[in-house]
Amino acid sequence: MSQWVIFDLFGFPYRTVLMKTNGRRYCQKPFKCEELERLVVKKSDNYVRQRGKYGAAMPFGNTHNQMKMNYSSDQEYPDLSKHNNHMAKILTPAMYERLRSKQTPSGFTLDDVIQTGVDNPGHPFIMTVGCVAGDEETYEVFKELLDPVIEDRHGGYKPADKHKTDLNPDNLKGGDDLDPNYVLSSRVRTGRSIRGFCLPPHCSRGERRMVEKLSNEALDSLTGDLKGKYYALKNMTDAEQQQLIDDHFLFDKPVSPLLLASGMARDWPDARGIWHNDNKTFLVWVNEEDHLRVISMQKGGNMKEVFNRFCTGLTKIESLFKEKGHEFMWNEHLGYVLTCPSNLGTGLRAGVHMKLPNMSKHAKFEEVLKRLRLQKRGTGGVDTAAVGGVFDISNADRLGFSEVELVQMVVDGVKLLTEMEKRLEKGQSIDDLMPAQK
Amino acid sequence: MANSFTRMISGRNTALMMAVGASTLASGYLISDNTSAAERMRTYPPSADYPDLRKHNNCMAAALTPAIYARLRDRATAHNWTLDQCIQTGVDNPGHPFIKTVGMVAGDEESYEVFAEIFDPVIKDRHNGYDPRTMKHPTDLDSSKITSGFFDERYVLSSRVRTGRSIRGLSLPPACTRSERREVERVVVTALSGLKGDLAGRYYSLGDMSQREQQQLIDEHFLFDKPVSPLLTAAGMARDWPDARGIWHNNDKNFLIWINEEDHTRIISMEKGGNMKRVFERFCKGLKQVEHLIQERGWEFMWNERLGYILTCPSNLGTGLRAGVHIRLPFLSKDPRFGKVLENLRLQKRGTGGVDTAATGDTFDISNLDRLGKSEVELVQLVIDGVNYLIECEKRLERGQDIKIPAPIPQFRK
Repeated sequence: MSQWVIFDLFGFPYRTVLMKTNGRRYCQKPFKCEELERLVVKKSDNYVRQRGKYGAAMPFGNTHNQMKMNYSSDQEYPDLSKHNNHMAKILTPAMYERLRSKQTPSGFTLDDVIQTGVDNPGHPFIMTVGCVAGDEETYEVFKELLDPVIEDRHGGYKPADKHKTDLNPDNLKGGDDLDPNYVLSSRVRTGRSIRGFCLPPHCSRGERRMVEKLSNEALDSLTGDLKGKYYALKNMTDAEQQQLIDDHFLFDKPVSPLLLASGMARDWPDARGIWHNDNKTFLVWVNEEDHLRVISMQKGGNMKEVFNRFCTGLTKIESLFKEKGHEFMWNEHLGYVLTCPSNLGTGLRAGVHMKLPNMSKHAKFEEVLKRLRLQKRGTGGVDTAAVGGVFDISNADRLGFSEVELVQMVVDGVKLLTEMEKRLEKGQSIDDLMPAQK
Repeated sequence: MANSFTRMISGRNTALMMAVGASTLASGYLISDNTSAAERMRTYPPSADYPDLRKHNNCMAAALTPAIYARLRDRATAHNWTLDQCIQTGVDNPGHPFIKTVGMVAGDEESYEVFAEIFDPVIKDRHNGYDPRTMKHPTDLDSSKITSGFFDERYVLSSRVRTGRSIRGLSLPPACTRSERREVERVVVTALSGLKGDLAGRYYSLGDMSQREQQQLIDEHFLFDKPVSPLLTAAGMARDWPDARGIWHNNDKNFLIWINEEDHTRIISMEKGGNMKRVFERFCKGLKQVEHLIQERGWEFMWNERLGYILTCPSNLGTGLRAGVHIRLPFLSKDPRFGKVLENLRLQKRGTGGVDTAATGDTFDISNLDRLGKSEVELVQLVIDGVNYLIECEKRLERGQDIKIPAPIPQFRK
């Protein structure tokens, strides 16, 4: 009996074709593969990754199987017929063909970018982004896909547009007097990525640990009312854990399939942790959805103070990183670079928890929010429902407006919503208060 | 640690590389490579990437030492599958103090060779001391050798045999690309359309199923859903769901094939009642015919002498076979010796919902524990003899007589 082994480009025995001998077909016993085994082992002697024709291979991460290049682009193209997300709207077979052979220098491929969007078709009412970045270069190498996604998601932001960064809290007008009868708490958050390290979907354990180490060094040097302590998720005692849960600080392993499908939860809880200052008003999450999530919050309606602390803290942290020779990922076009394209620009979400029992039942509630460029969420955060008429009201935009501008929108918008709520309480109309589209 | 991270190991000093414990092959090759990938390899020695397994209880965590990790980290199979991808599921799922999971998967047939240094101890741990380096696995699908395969149907409600098969040359579910997965579907469905007689049947693609078809398959307990177990999703098997997944079953509804779920194919033969011999006969006949049909087109199953049939999870190597019954054992299940009896018979109990479910009432799913080192015929015979013994015990307890714990069935040296 004779056997033929065909070796593919990578030297792997791809397929065996069996030939008839003596007019008898091959018998039912399974194919004994000693010969093949020897060949396989021999061909794979040089196991060490070589720089194949499709770019540098990496010792870690979700680098995709390059066997796909043996198939045509059509055979590989995902089925997006039931999908409703930005990626599915923009990606075409022709675009897929042009981009599928590309990789960023760290080995992030188009398939890595879109995996979360392929695995999560989305919801008819809620348009998710459907793609993530694995490193800073992703936004360059896969511009053809990401620029239109960004344009779609961020209200028409063009590839040539420039983004303004303004972290000077003195530029904020007012904001220290939001009515505490309605506004229960105020919060500002953003994210930062450390240049030179892969982002959470793609990073290796070594990189993630390095990000944690560098962040700790920077945060440890903070002083005054910013002085605080780091709690690594994997070393936390039960008492510490309970305390952090009670303070509403603790983040847990992501359960959202949107995040899991992108690979961000790998190796949990290795190198993840929470840092907060002694006053519990300034908080940093390390290696959750982004390298760093910086949060400033306090009870009551003094958004100005929250924003002050936010800017001071951020600027200080950035300068501490620079002293050690590291900087944040930032560029003129996209502002601060983060994992999800929806968080580009400022990555800023400034919001309040406020009581709007009457306003929320009003027919024009959604319209008002839209015109004020605000969005509502439940008090558990994204994808939760409001409890007891209390809503999380925050800015809808991230890119194309500066930090000060966005917080200003929230401050002004919340003031107006408070007015409207008071009117409705008294049974009066709010028609004259309807705002123009910002 | 900090110094070793940030110190850039300068170009030509290979001796220094070896001292840091990096793979010598890697250092010899990459030192001259100036890509950012190579730079990263130098900046992050294997010790930087070694996972924290201190809270872990799975076979991979028990076997993976920093030295093994250092030697294997920089390798890849021809499909570009790496060690980190093999072990990701074990790192992400520390396990349970009572249940030891495997903690790693293969991305392709070659994984078992390239990463043999970690797979071999894991296989030995999971399969009772079976040593792939020295032992051979017997394959025997001759169902005529089965004896006394008819159970008392007052106790046995249904009988089932399942296994898996992988198509040689294509990557396994954790690693496969969409086109490879679609190719598996195409190859298998084309082969199955050639089945005739009592094996003739029809394919239902998961993505294209109508509501009515879906409900029908759920009612028949045939439909499988997107995996939710973090053990499976962490390994990447659920990517692109439900693309190229589907179910094929024959018109008689007793021979069923799952395509692209946890393995390329899962083949199941089942029927109500206690005729295990007929179930196994159909199983063997169907398997042989399917194999024949794919060979006609130049494909074959992944198989070798050391490991038998190659599947995604090392726990399913060898035969990949689970032969079992749903059986009512109201007296025996309450006897404190039940666990020991099962253990000595090399059987395991599960709930009637399958793995990780609880038993409802007194009905259990009883099946073989072992997969590798014994042939299909041996394992099915073992289940038949074991279940017959359990029925005997149940009858004795009904009559008020005492039962005996059987002598343990011999296994390999640990």
